[in-house]
Amino acid sequence: MTALTPLPSPNPLTEPYWQAAHQRQLKLPRCEACTKFHFYPRSACPHCGCRNLSWHAVSGNGEVYSYTVVYRAPSKSFAPEVPYVVAVVALDEGPHLMTRLTQIAPDDVRIGLRVTVDFRRMDDETTLPLFRRAGWSL
Amino acid sequence: MKPLSETVAIVGIGESKVGKVPEKSTLQLQSDAAYAALDDAGLTMQDIDGLITTPIRTEPWNMPCGVVASFLGVQPAYLSTLDLAGASGCAMIHHAAMAVASGQCNTVLCVAGQNLLTNKTRASAVQTMAESGAAHAQFETPYGPLVASNYALIAQRHMYEYGTTAAQMAEVAVTIRGHALLNPNAHMTKPITVQEVLDSPMITSPLKRFDCALVSDGAAAAIVTRADRARDLKQKPVRLLGQGYGLSHSYVGEAPRLTHSGAVESGRKAFAMAGVTHADIDVAQLYDCFTITVIVELEDLGFCKKGEGGAFVQGGRIALGGELPVTTHGGLLSACHPGLGGGFFHVLEGVRQLRGQAQGRQVKDAKLALVHGNGGTIAIHSTLILAA
Repeated sequence: MTALTPLPSPNPLTEPYWQAAHQRQLKLPRCEACTKFHFYPRSACPHCGCRNLSWHAVSGNGEVYSYTVVYRAPSKSFAPEVPYVVAVVALDEGPHLMTRLTQIAPDDVRIGLRVTVDFRRMDDETTLPLFRRAGWSL
Repeated sequence: MKPLSETVAIVGIGESKVGKVPEKSTLQLQSDAAYAALDDAGLTMQDIDGLITTPIRTEPWNMPCGVVASFLGVQPAYLSTLDLAGASGCAMIHHAAMAVASGQCNTVLCVAGQNLLTNKTRASAVQTMAESGAAHAQFETPYGPLVASNYALIAQRHMYEYGTTAAQMAEVAVTIRGHALLNPNAHMTKPITVQEVLDSPMITSPLKRFDCALVSDGAAAAIVTRADRARDLKQKPVRLLGQGYGLSHSYVGEAPRLTHSGAVESGRKAFAMAGVTHADIDVAQLYDCFTITVIVELEDLGFCKKGEGGAFVQGGRIALGGELPVTTHGGLLSACHPGLGGGFFHVLEGVRQLRGQAQGRQVKDAKLALVHGNGGTIAIHSTLILAA
């Protein structure tokens, strides 16, 4: 992820996610009625339909649900980084999200691998959540 | 209201030259397909009073149906620009059928396609597609997935859960290439082997170059009219026996299970409406944007059990002459993929097979064809069951 990476443009629906990420926190929407988390953000809980939702911090722990090692970048901005690992992580709280795995060799990635959130500050306004192997940090 | 199978029929089909066609603009390709469909049906543009098309990526059209209808000189009683991504081809037929059955209009021209390869080059088409909505702009695009990466995530998980192999996926590419070689209007003209697929460059693991669809120039058209009118036209009418839609998610990151698609629902509804069973289907034109797509569709449409799609595609079972010939024109993998119009060629091939006009690739005595379109990342589905 370089200076040219297409960065997110937060909107009123997604702002809390990106504000939290910029503070190095992973926050997801949670239903006040059934207490389940969901992602991506919606107007109503996808589990019970309740519209009383609020943002809460999650553990940032989960496991690799699936992954792919990208060898041919979609655009010039990603070309210097190949090969890189795009993954879907299943968070312990339930929701999945797409992310990038960091600090791990592509050959070492496996489905089921325990991972934990990390953050990469892209510029003064944007920080992207990434994931690294759990229990394997600086 | 009478069922669609008794009120409407597909009476004309046509396609432009496909592959690399630098001598034609997008409108010329669509126009070539439209006039071929009219000639096929024995109709003229003055008979058309409805038009459906899809968005394109090669020109900045603000109202594609208006631009195309105006270019062709259609005076519309009904107009629509339809976008169900890769499921648009099947959906256009259903929407045309509804427009005719409701009495809104008499004869609908459905046309889609563009000069995607000439206008964009393969590399810029790949970038455009990656940045134009297949991935979530905020939660996915910043991580750099290709459209192919989204399908690679499905393939990887399918391999993990069910033991599906790269060689089984390669079998899909080889079989469909074999079909394209029997189609005189196909982009690819050389045979490939399983080993060549496995040896092709890794794009986004586990998908290799030949697991991925083409980028092509080309357009396809079909005409839907009233059943009572269809009887007097040139071709044997093809009826719409069943149809169904299915939707499981919008983006990969929010799909509850990547191995299970909305094709379960679209297929179930289409079979229920048609009142037929899987054993009755003579030929299946399945959307084949990537090899894994065909495997998931075979499972979710119910042609085999979940997890058995990899084994199902082996041993010639989905080839011409096999138990269930699949995508007999050569599909997106080997015949033509000009963006949203790509899945429309599958509909045309279904019609051709039911008329007995598929020449060297004709499935003997084909009476029932299933056509399936898939859009997004196995997200949105449209299934048609067509009858001779």
